[in-house]
Amino acid sequence: MPEPLLDVRDLRVSFRTRTGTVTAVDGLSFAVPPGEILGVVGESGSGKSVSMLAVLRLITNPNVLVSGEVLFRGRDLLALPADEMRAVRGREIAMVFQDPMTALTPVYTVGWQIAEQIRAHERVSRKAAHARAVELLSDVGIPDAASRVNAYPHEFSGGMRQRAVIAIALSCDPALLIADEPTTALDVTVQAQILDLMRELNARGSAVVLITHDMGVVSQIADRVLVMYGGRAAEEGPRRAVFHGPRHPYTWGLLDSVPRVGGPRLRRLPTIAGVPVSPGSLPEGCAFAPRCRLRHERCDERPELSAGPGAGAHRDACWLPADHRAALRLTTRTATAGAKDLDAEAAS
Amino acid sequence: MLHFALKRFASALLVMFAISVLVFLIFFATPGVDPAARIAGRNADPATLAQVRHSFGLDRPMPVRYLLMMRHLLVDRDLESFVNRGSRVIPQIVQATPVTLSLVVGAAVIWMVAGILMGTAAAALRGRAADPLIMLVGVVGVSLPAYWLGEVVNLVTQKQLHGSLFSWVPPPGYVGLAHPGQWALHMLFPWLTLALLYAGIYARLLRGEVVTALGEDYVRTARAKGLSERRILVRHALRCSLIPIVSLFGLDFGALVGGAALLTEVVFGLPGIGKLTYDALQNLDLPVIMGTVLYAAFFVVLANALVDILYARLDPRARHA
Amino acid sequence: MTSTEPPLTAPARRSPGPWRTAATDLVRNRPAMAAAAVLLVVVLATLCAPLYADHVAHTDPFQSHVSGTTVVDGKTVPVLTPSSTGLGLGVTPIGPTWDPAHYFLGADNQGRDVMARLLYGGRTSLFIGFTAALLTCALGTAVGIVAGYAGGVVDSVISRVLDVIWAFPVYLLAICLSVVLLTNGLRLGPLTVDAGSLWLPVAIIAAIYVPYIARPLRGQVLVLRNKEFIHAAVGSGAPTLRILRREVLPNVVPTAIVFVPLMTALAMLTESALSFLSVGVQPPDASWGTIIEDGLGLLYTRPAVTIAPGLLIALTTAALNVFGDGVRDALDPSARLRGGV
Repeated sequence: MPEPLLDVRDLRVSFRTRTGTVTAVDGLSFAVPPGEILGVVGESGSGKSVSMLAVLRLITNPNVLVSGEVLFRGRDLLALPADEMRAVRGREIAMVFQDPMTALTPVYTVGWQIAEQIRAHERVSRKAAHARAVELLSDVGIPDAASRVNAYPHEFSGGMRQRAVIAIALSCDPALLIADEPTTALDVTVQAQILDLMRELNARGSAVVLITHDMGVVSQIADRVLVMYGGRAAEEGPRRAVFHGPRHPYTWGLLDSVPRVGGPRLRRLPTIAGVPVSPGSLPEGCAFAPRCRLRHERCDERPELSAGPGAGAHRDACWLPADHRAALRLTTRTATAGAKDLDAEAAS
Repeated sequence: MLHFALKRFASALLVMFAISVLVFLIFFATPGVDPAARIAGRNADPATLAQVRHSFGLDRPMPVRYLLMMRHLLVDRDLESFVNRGSRVIPQIVQATPVTLSLVVGAAVIWMVAGILMGTAAAALRGRAADPLIMLVGVVGVSLPAYWLGEVVNLVTQKQLHGSLFSWVPPPGYVGLAHPGQWALHMLFPWLTLALLYAGIYARLLRGEVVTALGEDYVRTARAKGLSERRILVRHALRCSLIPIVSLFGLDFGALVGGAALLTEVVFGLPGIGKLTYDALQNLDLPVIMGTVLYAAFFVVLANALVDILYARLDPRARHA
Repeated sequence: MTSTEPPLTAPARRSPGPWRTAATDLVRNRPAMAAAAVLLVVVLATLCAPLYADHVAHTDPFQSHVSGTTVVDGKTVPVLTPSSTGLGLGVTPIGPTWDPAHYFLGADNQGRDVMARLLYGGRTSLFIGFTAALLTCALGTAVGIVAGYAGGVVDSVISRVLDVIWAFPVYLLAICLSVVLLTNGLRLGPLTVDAGSLWLPVAIIAAIYVPYIARPLRGQVLVLRNKEFIHAAVGSGAPTLRILRREVLPNVVPTAIVFVPLMTALAMLTESALSFLSVGVQPPDASWGTIIEDGLGLLYTRPAVTIAPGLLIALTTAALNVFGDGVRDALDPSARLRGGV
C-alpha cells in the first residue's frame, strides 16, 4: 500500500446530551491511498456521516467531542489551527452532501457560489472565476452552462443542483472528495449519472470517499469497501474480496438483503433481525452481538480489525473462527429464510 | 408587468377605501355614539343638538355623509375641523408630516443598525456569555413601556442631571430642519427612546433567524468550501435572515410614519401625525381623524408595496411567484 | 451470553409524549423558571393588595386624603403640602418614606398611598393582560383555523381583513375604538359592557391583536391541510368539525399556547399605554398605566409615582417574555408572533 493520503486513527466522536454521553464513532481507523475510491457502507446511525464530518471538522456543536488523529498528507487535521484547516477545506478536501435541495444558499446564483469557492482559495479575478464556473458547470454535464451559470438554485432540478454542488467541490481540483450519500435523494437515472461523474473525477486523480447505505452503488464504483456498524469498522477490504467472500456476519446480512435480478425470486427479502444498535447504549463487546445468530461468549469482548488467513488487505472484526466463515454464512441463511420461502424458492 | 402593477394599485386603493369606511363606521355607526353630542358639549339641550347636527350635516344619510366628507377631503381639499371651525385638515397634516418623518427615519436608522449588530452578534456568540447578555438587553427593550421610558428620559435629562451631564439637552419640542444642528439635538432622545424598543424586537427576531440559518445545510456547504467564519456569517447566514426582517421593517416603518409613534410624540411634545390624530380622537374631531387615518393608510399601503418590491430583490425565489 | 435467539425488538422504551417532554424542557430552562418565579411573586403581591391596604398601611387607596396626615420619624406631617415653587397653586405630596406602614412610596396628588395603589393597579393590569391574551389567542386560533381550512373565498376575505388590521398602527385602532366605546359602552346584541368596565379594554385589546395570532396559525393550517393524515381523515369520511377538532386543533394548540405569555406581555403594554392616554382603565379603577398618568404632573417633584409602576410593568413584561421564550423553545421553536416578540 502506498503512503496513504488520508490516515484516520482511532477516531472517536461523542455527543454530550442530557441523558449522558453518546458515542457515535468509537475508535474508527481507516486509510485512503491517493487515487482510490473507498466505499463506506452501513445502516443509518452507524456513524458514517458523522465520522466524515469530523474528519473535515465540520461539526461545530460545542457539545461534540472529537478525539483521535486525522492525518492528511502527514498533517493532523484535528490539531490544525482554524485558518490552516480552512485552507484544506474546499481546496485539498472537498465534500458533497446528501440533500442537494438545501445544500446551496438560495439567494445567490449557482455561478456566484462556484466563483466564491474559487476566490476563497486562489487569487483570481471575478471574471476569471466566473469563466471557470461556466467551464465547471459544463464539465459536470449541465447543458447551456454559459446561461445556466446565472440561474438561482431554485431554478435547478435536484439532479442539476447536485451537479452544481459537485462542480463547487471540483473547482479547486481537490486531492480527496468526500461524498456523503450523493445519490440518495435523486432519481435512479440521475444516480447513475452522478456516479459516472465521481468515476471521471477519480480518473483525473482525486481520491474519493463515498458514503452510502446502498451496496449496489458500492459494488459499481468502489475500489475498497469499509463496512461500519455501531460507530466501529466491522469489515474492510478490496471490493471483490468483500463482495465475494464477506467475513463479518453483519456484511452477510447487508449483502443478503440486496435483491438480485437474476437470482431466485423470494417471497420476502431476508432482513437482519433486530434493530440497529443505538449509539447511547453501545455494548462493551462486539456491537453487532445482540443481533448476531452466531454470538458466543467471546463476543462480550471487543473484537479488533484483523486480517483473515492469507488476505492481508481484507480485515474484519469478528471472533468467529477465521477459516469456516463461508460455511457459517450458509447456516445463518437457512436459519433466516423460513420454510415457506424455501418452498417458494424450490417451486420457482 | 403592467397588469401586475395595475392589480397592485387597485388593491392598494381598495385597502385605503376599506380603512376609511371602517373608521367612518366606528365613529358613526357604533350604536349609541353621537358625534353631535360630543361637539355640542356634555349637557347641551335638544335644540342645540339639532342645530349642531344640521350645521355639521350629521342629519343626512350615512353614505351621503361619507361621500361628502371624502369630496371635501380629496376633491375640494377644503375639509374643516369640527372642533376648531375654520382650520383646514390638509394643512394640519402637511405641517405634522415632517415632524413624524424626522422622528421615524432617524429612529429607524438607529434601530436597524443596533438590531442587526446585536442580533448577529448574539447568534454568532451563542453558547457564550455574551449571547444571553445581548438578548437581555433585547428583552428589556421589548418590555419597557415606550412612553414611560420617554418620561424617565425627560426626568433625567431635564431635571435630575440637567445641571451636570445633560446641560446641553434642549427642552422637549421640535425644531425644523432649517437649523440642522438644533433639529438633531432636539430629536436625539426621541430617536433613542423609540429605537430602543424596535432594536430589541429586531435583535430578538434576527438572532432567531440567524441561529436557524447557521444550522442550514447551505452553511455547512459554505464551511466545507473553506470560507472564513465571518464570511459564512455575513454573506450566507445573515444575508438569508434579512429577508423576513425587511418585510417586517416595511410594515413597522409604514405604521410608525402613519401615526404609531404617537406615544413618543406625546411624551416629547413633538407635534407630529400621531399627536394630531390623538388630539383629534380626544375631541372626536371626525374630519381630522378621517384625514389622518387616510394618510396613515396611504403610508401603510405604500410600505407594503415597497416591501413586496424589496422582497423580490432580496429573495430570488419570490421573483417568479 | 448463550446462543439463544436474539430479541427481535429492543426492550420497549416508553416515550414520554410531547407534553411531558415540553414540561421537562421548560423546567430545565433556568431563565424561564426564574421568570416564572418573578411572575409568581408579582401575582401573589397583587393578590395581597387588600391585606396590605387594610392591615399594614391602614389606608383606602381609592379615597383622596387631601387634608390627611401621617407619621414620619414619630412626627405627624401632612400628606400634601402646598407648592412653594412656581405660582404656589399645586400641591406636593409626601415622598417615599420607606416605612411600609406610612406611605412607603409616598402619595399621589390626591394624597393616596402609591404603594397600595400599585398593588391594586397590578391586579387590574394583570387581569386585563391575561384575559385579553387568552381571548385573543382563542379568537385568533378560531379565525386562523377557519380561514386556513376553509380556503377559497372565506379565506381571501378573512385574510384581506387581517392584512389591513395587521398593517395598520394598532395603537391608533385601539384608541379609535376606546374613544368611541368609552363614551357609550358596548352593546352587541345581548352583550352589554358598561363604559367604565374593565372588560372594555379587554375586548378592545383582544380584538386588535387577533391578526397577530390568526395569521401565523392560518399559515400552519394551510400546511396541515395538505398533509397525508388530513387527507386520510377526509378520505375516511370524517365530518369536517371532527377533523378540525381531532386532527387540526391538536396540531396548532402548542403554537397558540406559546403565544399566551408573549401576548399577555403585549396586552399589558398596550393596556398601560391606553390608560396612560386616559382611554384605557377608567377611574375609580387604577392600573399601572393610570398611575403613571397620575404621576405625570409630579414627574419632577415626586418621580417615584411615575417610576415605580413603570418598573413594575417592565419587570412583569420582561418576565413574561423570558418565560414565553422558554415555552416557545419547549413547545414550538418556530412560533413567531409579529416580529421577534
